[in-house]
Amino acid sequence: MVFFFEDAKGARPLVRMLRRGGGLPWADFAAFILLAGLTVMVIHGTEQMDAPLAQLHTNPVTLDAARLPEYALRTTLRMFAALAASLVFTFSVATLAAKSRKAELIIVPALDILQSVPVLGFLSFTVTMFMGWFPFSQLGVECAAIFAIFTSQAWNMAFSFYQSLRTLPADLDEVTRQFGFSPWRRFVRLELPYAIPGLIWNMMMSMSGGWFFVVASEAITVGNTTVTLPGIGSWLSLAIAREDFKSVGLGVLAMGVVIVLYDQLVFRPIVAWADKFRFEQTASQAAPKSWVHDLIRRTRFLRTGIDVVLWPLRKLAALEWSRLPSVPRVRVTLSPKTDRALDAVWIAVVLVACAFALWQLIGFIARHLTWSDVVTTFGLGMVTLVRVVVLIALATLIWVPIGVWIGLRPAWSQRLQPIAQFLAAFPANVLFPFAVMAIVAFRLDPNIWLSPLMILGTQWYILFNVIAGASAIPGDMKEVAGIFGIRNWQWWRQIVIPAIFPYYVTGALTASGGCWNASIVAEVVTWGNRHLEAAGLGAFIANATSAGDYPRVALGIAVMSLFVIAFNRSVWRPMYAFAERRLRIN
Amino acid sequence: MAIVKSLPRTNSPLVEVRNVRHVYGKTGASGLLVLDNVDLTLQDNEIVGLLGRSGSGKSTLLRSIAGLITPTEGTVSFPPVPDCGPTTVSMVFQSFALFPWLTVLENVEVGLEAKRVPKEERRKRALAAIDLIGLDGFESAYPKELSGGMRQRVGLARALVVDPSILLMDEPFSALDVLTAETLRTDLLDLWYEGRMPIRSILIVTHNIEEAVLMCDRILVFSSNPGHVVAEITVTLPQPRNRQSPAFRALVEDIYARMTQRATPDQPREGLFPGMGIGMALPRTSTNTLAGLMEAISADPYNGKADLPELASALHYEADELFPIAEVLQLMRFAELEGGDLKLLPAGKRYVDSDVDQRKTLFAKHLLNYVPLAAHIRRVLDDRPSRKAPARRFRDELEDLMSEDYADKTLKTVIQWGRYAEAFAYDESADQFSLENPE
Repeated sequence: MVFFFEDAKGARPLVRMLRRGGGLPWADFAAFILLAGLTVMVIHGTEQMDAPLAQLHTNPVTLDAARLPEYALRTTLRMFAALAASLVFTFSVATLAAKSRKAELIIVPALDILQSVPVLGFLSFTVTMFMGWFPFSQLGVECAAIFAIFTSQAWNMAFSFYQSLRTLPADLDEVTRQFGFSPWRRFVRLELPYAIPGLIWNMMMSMSGGWFFVVASEAITVGNTTVTLPGIGSWLSLAIAREDFKSVGLGVLAMGVVIVLYDQLVFRPIVAWADKFRFEQTASQAAPKSWVHDLIRRTRFLRTGIDVVLWPLRKLAALEWSRLPSVPRVRVTLSPKTDRALDAVWIAVVLVACAFALWQLIGFIARHLTWSDVVTTFGLGMVTLVRVVVLIALATLIWVPIGVWIGLRPAWSQRLQPIAQFLAAFPANVLFPFAVMAIVAFRLDPNIWLSPLMILGTQWYILFNVIAGASAIPGDMKEVAGIFGIRNWQWWRQIVIPAIFPYYVTGALTASGGCWNASIVAEVVTWGNRHLEAAGLGAFIANATSAGDYPRVALGIAVMSLFVIAFNRSVWRPMYAFAERRLRIN
Repeated sequence: MAIVKSLPRTNSPLVEVRNVRHVYGKTGASGLLVLDNVDLTLQDNEIVGLLGRSGSGKSTLLRSIAGLITPTEGTVSFPPVPDCGPTTVSMVFQSFALFPWLTVLENVEVGLEAKRVPKEERRKRALAAIDLIGLDGFESAYPKELSGGMRQRVGLARALVVDPSILLMDEPFSALDVLTAETLRTDLLDLWYEGRMPIRSILIVTHNIEEAVLMCDRILVFSSNPGHVVAEITVTLPQPRNRQSPAFRALVEDIYARMTQRATPDQPREGLFPGMGIGMALPRTSTNTLAGLMEAISADPYNGKADLPELASALHYEADELFPIAEVLQLMRFAELEGGDLKLLPAGKRYVDSDVDQRKTLFAKHLLNYVPLAAHIRRVLDDRPSRKAPARRFRDELEDLMSEDYADKTLKTVIQWGRYAEAFAYDESADQFSLENPE
C-alpha cells in the first residue's frame, strides 16, 4: 500500500482521518517534549546575544563541564544564524545575477573568486567594523562571529542557486509564462523548487565548512583586543591555552555530538523531504531515509507542530504581491547595437571601478610596506603552494586506491560513505594541539611536520568523492573487465581512472581550496606556551593578524587570493572541462 | 456511427494570423528564417492540424498564438466573439511539462492559482477536470509515479481547467507509445464530440500524418526552409474514422505526396536543407542509416522504388524521421524523391551491390562532389602544407551562416560522413581536421 503523506489537504478527508487516527501516543509525547525543549533552548540562547559587552569580562568562559551544553547551544545558534543570512544573500544576489545581465557581469566572477579566497584572513577587518557598530554590546562581536561564518558559507550556495536559475527546464518555463504567473508565484512554484536539491547539498557543505570557522572566530585576538564569546570555539582555545587535555577532549566530544544531532534532526529530514524536488520524472530506486522525517509524518502532534512553524512560510508562498499597488513597468526595447554599446559602457565602468580599487589597495600597502615585502610574501606563497601540491598528491596516492576499493564494494561503501562525510564536516583544527605535542616530543622539524595539518580536514573530500565515483561505475563495464580479463595497470588506466576522474577533480578542487584556507591556522600552532611555526603565507597572515598589522594582512590575503585563483584556473578548471567533455558516462 | 457535436456553430473566427514571419537568432541576414508569410484563421468549433516536419516552424506558430513568442513580423489577433468573453488559450506540451514537486491535484490547480481563483473554487474545478479526464484516484500522486499516458492526461486537465476558448496542443502524443497515444486520441475525440469540454476549438501540431487525418477537420501542411503553408486540406470523412478505409488511406497518400514535392520544379536540389553551399544545414544522419535505407529500397518488395508511407510503416519510422534520410540520399544523388516515392538511382544501386571498400570509395566520391562543406574541408586540407586545419575555422565559418546549434550539428554530421568515407580525419581532443590516419 502506498501512502501519500504530502497529499493535499481535503482531497480525500475521510481516508486521511482514518489514517491519522492510528498514531502512537508515546510518539506524540516524545515529540512534544522535544519541541518544547528546543523552543526554550533557542529563546535562552538568543536572549544572551545582546548582553552588555562587559559581561564577557565579569563572566568569562570557564572550563566547567556543566556549562558546555550551553556553549554548544550558542555556537550552534550562531551557525544557523549565519546559514539564514547566507540564504537571504543567496536569494537576493543570485536572483539578481540571473535576471540582470549587467549585474551578472559582476556578480558571477565575484562569487567565483570569493568561493576560493581565504576568508579567514578577513576576520580582523570585520571584527573591528562590527565592534564599531555596536560599541557596548556583545551584539557587535556576535555579528562579527556570525559574519565570519557567513563568509565561509554564502558563496557556493549563491552560485548553486544562480546555476539552477540559469538551467530552468524550458517547458516548465513556458508553462509559467503561458499561465501568466506573477514573478513571486514563479519563484515559489518553479525557481525555488527546482533549485532546492542543489541548494541543500551546498548548505550541508557550507555547514561543514562553517565549523572550521567557528573555532577560529569565537576567540579572536586583533592587536590588543581579545574577545572570547561563550561557545565551543572559545572553550577549545581556552583549553588549548591551559594545556588541559581533558577539556579539549570534552570540547571535541561536544562538537561531535552537535554535528551528529543537527545532521539527524535537521539535514537528514530536509534531504528526505527534498527528494521530491529532484527533477527526474522516474521514481528513484533508493530514496534518502530519515527517522525524524518518518516520525514527523507519522505523529499527528509533530505534523501540527511543523504546520504551525511553517504556517508563515505557507502564507508567504500564497501571497499575491501584485495586490499591492504595482509600479507600472516601462519596457524600453533597444536595438541590438545600442544594447551592445550600453554593455560596453557598463563594462568600462566596472573596469574603472576595479582599477580604482586596485590603486587604493596598492596605495594602502605601499604607504606602509616596500617592494621587498611584496617579494618576500610571494616567496612565502610559493612555499605554501609547494605544501599544497605535495599534500594533494600524497592524499591522492593514499585515498584514491582506498576509495576505489570501498566504492566497488557496495556493502562497505554504504557504511563508510557517511563516516567519510562526517569526517569532512569535523573541524580538524581542534586536533592540532595533539600534533604539536608529538612534534615537540619527537623534536621534529615544524616546517615539514606541521604541513599535514593543512590537509587533515579536507582530505575526506577526495575520499568520499572517489567512493561515489567508484560506486557509480556501471555494472556492464565491470563485466567487460571480467570477461576480457582486464586487470592491473590496464584496469586502472582504461576503466577506473576515467570513471572516477570527474568525481576526483571535484573532491580535489574542494580539498585544495580548503588547504589554502587551513594554512592560516595550520602553519602557526600553539599549545599552552609552546609555539610552533612553519614558514609560509598562512603563518605570515596569522602573525600579521595577531599583531594587528593591517597592511601585511591585506598584502597576505591579496597574494593568497592570487595564488588560489591562478591555481584553480590553470590546474583544476582545465581538468574539470576535460572530465566534462570526455569522461562522462552516458 | 457518426457523432454530431451539439454546440451551435457561429461563423466568427477565433484567431486570425496574418503575414507572420519569424526569424530566430541574430536579426539581420544571418538569422534563421523559420516562418515566412503565414496566414491562418481558426474558426469556431473545429479541430485544425498543423502538419509538417521538424523545423517547419509549426511549433513556432503555435507559440506565437499562445503568446510565448512575439513574431518578428505580422499579427496574431483574437477578434471579439459575440456573446462571449475574451478569447483565451491554453496549451498542452509534448514533454507534458508537469512540475515534478507538485501532486496531480496541485499541478492541475497551478493555472487557476496564477489567475487568483479562490482556494475553494480552485479545488472544486480542479477535481472536476481530473474527473473529466479520467484521473480520479490519482489526485495525490506525484508525476514520477505515473505512466506517460497518465502524465499527459494531467497536462490535458491542467490546460482544460482554466476554461480556455482554444486548446493548443504541441505534438501531444508523440512522446507516448503507440497504444497509449491511440487511447488518448480516442478519449480526447470522445470528449470533444460529446461536447463535454468547454473549449471552442483545438489547434494541434503534429508530424504524424495519420494522426492529423484521424483527428482534424482541417489540415494545414507546412513545408520547411522556411516554414510556410503549402496546402490546406479539409477532411470530410465522418467520425469515428477508420484507418483502414480506402478513403482514409488515399488521403494519407495524398498528403505524403504533397509533403515530398518540391515547391518549384526547377529549384536546385541544395534547397532541400536550409542554406546554400557550405552554409547548408545538414541533418544528423548516420552513414549506417543511409546504407540501410538504400538496401531496404533495393531489396524485395520494392526493387528500387518505394512508396514512402508504405516504407515508413514497414520500417517503423515516422514520416518526420524518414524524410531527412531520404533527402540526404537525394542530395548525394543516390536516390530521388518523386511524388511520394523514393527511387534508387544507378549510383545507389551500385553502392548496394558493392563490398565495404568499394562502398567507401563511392561514398567518398559522392560526398566530395555533392556536399559543398565536405569538399570545402578537403580543399583547405589539400592546400595546406601541414595537411591539418583546426575545426574552429570551419565552425566559425558555419556560425556566420547559421545558428550555433545548427553549425554544431552540421559539423558533427560532416565529420561522421568524412570519417566513414575516409575523405579526411578528425581528432576530437585537438579539435582539428587532417588528412592523416591515426597511428
